[in-house]
Amino acid sequence: MRTRTTTIRLTAALMAFGLVAAACGGDDDAAEPADEPADEPADEPADEPADEPAASGLCAVDEVDGDLAIFNWAEYIDEEQLAEFSDTYGIGVTMDTYDSNEAMQPIIAAGNSGYSLIVPSDYMVTVLIASENIMALDKAAIPNLVNISSDFQGLVYDPNGDYSVPYQWGTTGLGVDTSVVGTDFPRSWGLVFDPEIADQYAGKISLLNDPRETMGAALKYLGYSLSTDSADELAEATELVKSATGRLAAFNTDSADELLTTGETVIGHGYSGDMFTQFLETDDPSRYVYFVPEEGGTRWIDNMAIPFDAPSPCSAHTFINWLLSAEQGAALSNWNYYNTPNVAAIPLLDEELLEFVNDPNVLPGGVESLESIVDTGDFEINYSDAFNEARG
Amino acid sequence: MSEVAKPRGAVRTVLTANAWLVYLFFYAPIILLVVFSFSADRNVGRWGGFTFDWYGEFWDNEGVKRAIWVSVRVALLSTIVSVVLGTLAALALERFTFRGKKVFDALLYLPIIIPDVTMAVMMLLFFSEFYDVVNGIFGTDLRKGFGSIAASHIAFNISYVSVVVRARLAGMDQRLEEAAMDLYANRWKAFRHVTFPQIAPGVAGGALLALTLSLDDVVITQFAAGPGATTLPVYVFGLIRKGVTPLINAVSVVMLAASILLVLMSLAVEHVRSDTPSAATDDPVDDDPHQDLRDGTIPRHI
Repeated sequence: MRTRTTTIRLTAALMAFGLVAAACGGDDDAAEPADEPADEPADEPADEPADEPAASGLCAVDEVDGDLAIFNWAEYIDEEQLAEFSDTYGIGVTMDTYDSNEAMQPIIAAGNSGYSLIVPSDYMVTVLIASENIMALDKAAIPNLVNISSDFQGLVYDPNGDYSVPYQWGTTGLGVDTSVVGTDFPRSWGLVFDPEIADQYAGKISLLNDPRETMGAALKYLGYSLSTDSADELAEATELVKSATGRLAAFNTDSADELLTTGETVIGHGYSGDMFTQFLETDDPSRYVYFVPEEGGTRWIDNMAIPFDAPSPCSAHTFINWLLSAEQGAALSNWNYYNTPNVAAIPLLDEELLEFVNDPNVLPGGVESLESIVDTGDFEINYSDAFNEARG
Repeated sequence: MSEVAKPRGAVRTVLTANAWLVYLFFYAPIILLVVFSFSADRNVGRWGGFTFDWYGEFWDNEGVKRAIWVSVRVALLSTIVSVVLGTLAALALERFTFRGKKVFDALLYLPIIIPDVTMAVMMLLFFSEFYDVVNGIFGTDLRKGFGSIAASHIAFNISYVSVVVRARLAGMDQRLEEAAMDLYANRWKAFRHVTFPQIAPGVAGGALLALTLSLDDVVITQFAAGPGATTLPVYVFGLIRKGVTPLINAVSVVMLAASILLVLMSLAVEHVRSDTPSAATDDPVDDDPHQDLRDGTIPRHI
């Protein structure tokens, strides 16, 4: 959900799968309508505009059409919350887990996965839509969509929200140990990249060991998009990261938060959820501060979506609607401690979570300064190359 | 024993040190894993005082328990089936000549040679097509899940079992079987009373290997799995993405204890077998008119 390390073998799997899928693609399309029993085609209202991909009339609100099988990240929802859904609607709920978007996608794409609900990250939604692996949602069956914050309208990976509904989200930014840095520091990437500020913390800074995140931070500091496809801008960012390597304690993704709270570093580049939960583990959480620098940073969003051949699409719609209610949205965040896109749920969050969400200093640049990492296609390799060059 | 030359002096010291280093290399990570499963600190690698909390959390974690149960059932089923089929395949290849033997032999090695991920993708595509066809023909509503995981594990385990059993068969004197049949044992009796006791250690070894491979597999399982069937390694792999906590240590310690128990059990079985060499083959053969004749003459236990 937060890192996008694509292991070589999974890439190989995707490629192998792509070949076969391309070979029998036509076959799948032909089979799809056959599996789907025509539920109630008679009363499908024809008043929708033709260019609207949403599958209106597919399901009624709160309709269930069989047991719900969910394919999700591990430890991303409380089993008890699932049991509550099961009790409320009288259907069975099972959940299986995956460890990367790349592991989930081929399983869904192959068809017959048996899952009716998946939780892909932002960039993966693009892939799933393009390859027609997820179905258009029947928005009429999800009235609680109104609870989704306006910050999640017009998302780059699914502009009209026709295929996906935000599940949880977070940002990438900097964690700071105020006992060393103080509280009066510029909320800027300059803490890492500006020699005049950063040199005094030399050897006490960590950056993420992730090409897109770290090159993205440098690009943001320079005022560019973090998904740029300009070789010149990327070269400039490469020089910047290279000049910062001398001040770094480490390039570290898995324990950037731990390095900070154990005193190995005083400034750490990391994920909001990790930083926040790690701070709460310490004796004095107020000693640490997490923020997204004012120049902007990464926002990741995980989303709910329904596979193209979901056996119980209406149960899935009902689950999405149920989870978007104020109580259930809050229960979700209070359990996994990630940010909720559900504005109705915010007043019901745990106090410490609420403080973090409402702190204006966490996001000095505002939501507008956040950007999703967008798949740059063939340009992607340049990010890895640039990062390897900068890292030396 | 006293006949065996013992290294002396410096050589002995170096060899002893080497042995200890090897053991340290093997076991230090395991010991560390066990120790930190009792650490109260959320961060692995930082000691936060002694606690059993992670084992409690492990016990309360429905996901982990369900995954263990799936793993155990898959491992047992795939081991039993693959031991039978793998042993049969080994016998066929070692004892008989038939058309297409060379091809079969080569094909049997395929699951060992090809990369896991290739096999995983093949399984994924096979099962999604397979269930399409089956459901289309019979109007059923079958899905990937326990059955497809077990089938995929059987598919790779057959190869491993047959390789281990064949090695044992190759080392066995075929004349023993011929002698048994000269003495009126039919094929089945010759197998049961002569061949099988001879290859039993190979079969047991193959079974343990199959059990271990099945319990360990992540990649193939991930692609063959379906709703409601997540195995323990797949689940643990997923947990790691949320950050490694001592919960994973605790789960690993439990798995480790189970493996050690398994190995001890197999050692015990071997021990009993070698203590009372006749026990395994002394079954009365009631319906055999030539029993008396065979009893005194066949050298059953070599």
